[in-house]
Amino acid sequence: MTGRPKVLLLVTLVACAVLSSFADEINPYYYDVIIGIGINIILAASLNLINGYTGQFSLGHAGFMAVGAYSSAWLSLTFGYSFGLGTFATTTTYFLTLVAGGLMAALVGLAVGIPSLRLRGDYLAIVTLGFNEIIKGIIQNAEPLGAQRGLGGMVQHTNFFWTFAFAALTVYVVLSLVHSTYGSGFLAVRDDEIAAEAMGINTTKYKVLAFVVGAFFAGVAGGLYAHFKQFIHPEGFNFLRSFDIVVMVILGGMGSTVGVCLAAVLLTILPEWLRVVDDYPWLPEWLRPITENRMILYSLLLIILMLTRPQGLFGAENFRRKAA
Amino acid sequence: MIEFLQQLVNGLAQGSIYALIALGYTMVYGVLRFINFAHGDVYMLGAFTGLYAAPRLLQAFGGGPSLSGAITVLVVAMFICAIIGILIERLCYRPLRERPRLTVLITAIGVSLFIENAGQYAFGAEPKSFPEIISDRAIEIPESLGALSTLTITIGQLIVIGVTLLLLIGLRATVLHTRLGMAMRALSFNPLAASLMGVNADVVISFTFALGSALAGAAGILTSIQQPSIDPLMGVNAGLKAFVAAVLGGIGNIPGAALGGVLIGLLEALVVGYINPTYRDAIVFAVLILILLLKPSGLLGKAEGEKV
Repeated sequence: MTGRPKVLLLVTLVACAVLSSFADEINPYYYDVIIGIGINIILAASLNLINGYTGQFSLGHAGFMAVGAYSSAWLSLTFGYSFGLGTFATTTTYFLTLVAGGLMAALVGLAVGIPSLRLRGDYLAIVTLGFNEIIKGIIQNAEPLGAQRGLGGMVQHTNFFWTFAFAALTVYVVLSLVHSTYGSGFLAVRDDEIAAEAMGINTTKYKVLAFVVGAFFAGVAGGLYAHFKQFIHPEGFNFLRSFDIVVMVILGGMGSTVGVCLAAVLLTILPEWLRVVDDYPWLPEWLRPITENRMILYSLLLIILMLTRPQGLFGAENFRRKAA
Repeated sequence: MIEFLQQLVNGLAQGSIYALIALGYTMVYGVLRFINFAHGDVYMLGAFTGLYAAPRLLQAFGGGPSLSGAITVLVVAMFICAIIGILIERLCYRPLRERPRLTVLITAIGVSLFIENAGQYAFGAEPKSFPEIISDRAIEIPESLGALSTLTITIGQLIVIGVTLLLLIGLRATVLHTRLGMAMRALSFNPLAASLMGVNADVVISFTFALGSALAGAAGILTSIQQPSIDPLMGVNAGLKAFVAAVLGGIGNIPGAALGGVLIGLLEALVVGYINPTYRDAIVFAVLILILLLKPSGLLGKAEGEKV
């Protein structure tokens, strides 16, 4: 990590504010992709805390995102304008709904973190996936949240500034946490849980903390998403969405925040680029079905990556342990 | 009361399917200590093998639905799935055998997603209707049995339960009374000692994948007899439920997987019958989380301490 993280964060925030004032001039399609990149960076960087730095394997990040998205959307729809209509009042309310969505997600993260005390690896993956489906099931049956119809009508508050400010904040918090003396515990839990415990590290506390912090930012990302798309649907938060985020973390390299952020950028742009595959006549015929279906490509990418470079594109020495 | 019996019959038929799939999860876990996420998709491939093979095979047996034709379709699907299972292990899992478990886990998820999405591309994403390989109709229950005569039991349900029982007996015989079965048990008991005693781990692991995948293929055909609408994502949900069943019974434990499958099937039927069908999936996952919290070793499994 660079020398002055706080200064760097401030500079990024100011840069976001300045750049945000030019947002009107961007082509709406590019704007959409850029906001998508920001939201994916938040999701991937926060999942990296759980999967990369702490060595847990969560497959339910979209569930946390759903909790944040629905909580903040519901708050906006219910209380959105009760504090007045001025720019300041709206902005403050919006900020508060985002944070509230994040806190709700963190609460759910706490609930998911608790079974993770007893489980590792494969089991945890399935349990988090199960939680994701349970959250989706609850939303599908909740009338105030629109149930199967989805929830819409939020005002588009999310802009360039909010998205990238939170992205910067996520990266800052994750890096500061992991690189602090206190945060070495995360790495210790990942590298060897038994040894860490023997050295007096409270592994339980670190695992739960990773889930709570990761879930908080996923919830904020959900809130940003809800107030950008202005319509959310339970199926948008199924395990395939979780899987998208996991692929970003694995491709970038588990435990490498820079790599994971780059992978988030890459994997947001790639499907958009492939969408116009018909414009590339030089692509051989047999490659077309693969490029037309993002998930075929992702799954092949995963298998090949695991067989040849399991530490991801930018990760290093994260897989030191031998198979048990 | 009749309503309850009806749900028991439905649950038993669905539970048999879960039991067959769960066996594959549990056997692979027994020898390799990892969860083969792609197993549910082998089940889907079994159903699609049936879809493509059935018209040709039934032609050979006179065209219409027939018992011998149905058995041939079942055997062909089991055989093809066994080969697919061996191939998956050979190409994707064997090169990673000495690697950390997380790497293998991610690969397994990748294989699963690849089969699902390549399947959507190859077979088409929309549901296909499965040909009638054996005529499925409700059985007439004599009036003399009173209220029982209002029960609806179909031939399909009886076939599912019957074939599952036969396959379970066959599996038990294979695991307990053949050399390969014994090698399989030895390997899951202690891999190092087994290899020192001359057990060829590669062969046994291939055999385990073949056996588990064949059972999943059979499950694919049996499901399609009851619900003749199949699609490339049918394996996702069934696979997850079967996995829950394997954990419920105690993962690595073969009778446990069969028991767990039947229990999950019954639970689902009761939830659908008495609570609300939309809660079916959520409740199954809630059961999984409860078992893992209260008794992670499952109903029949025995707790293992972690060796350092």
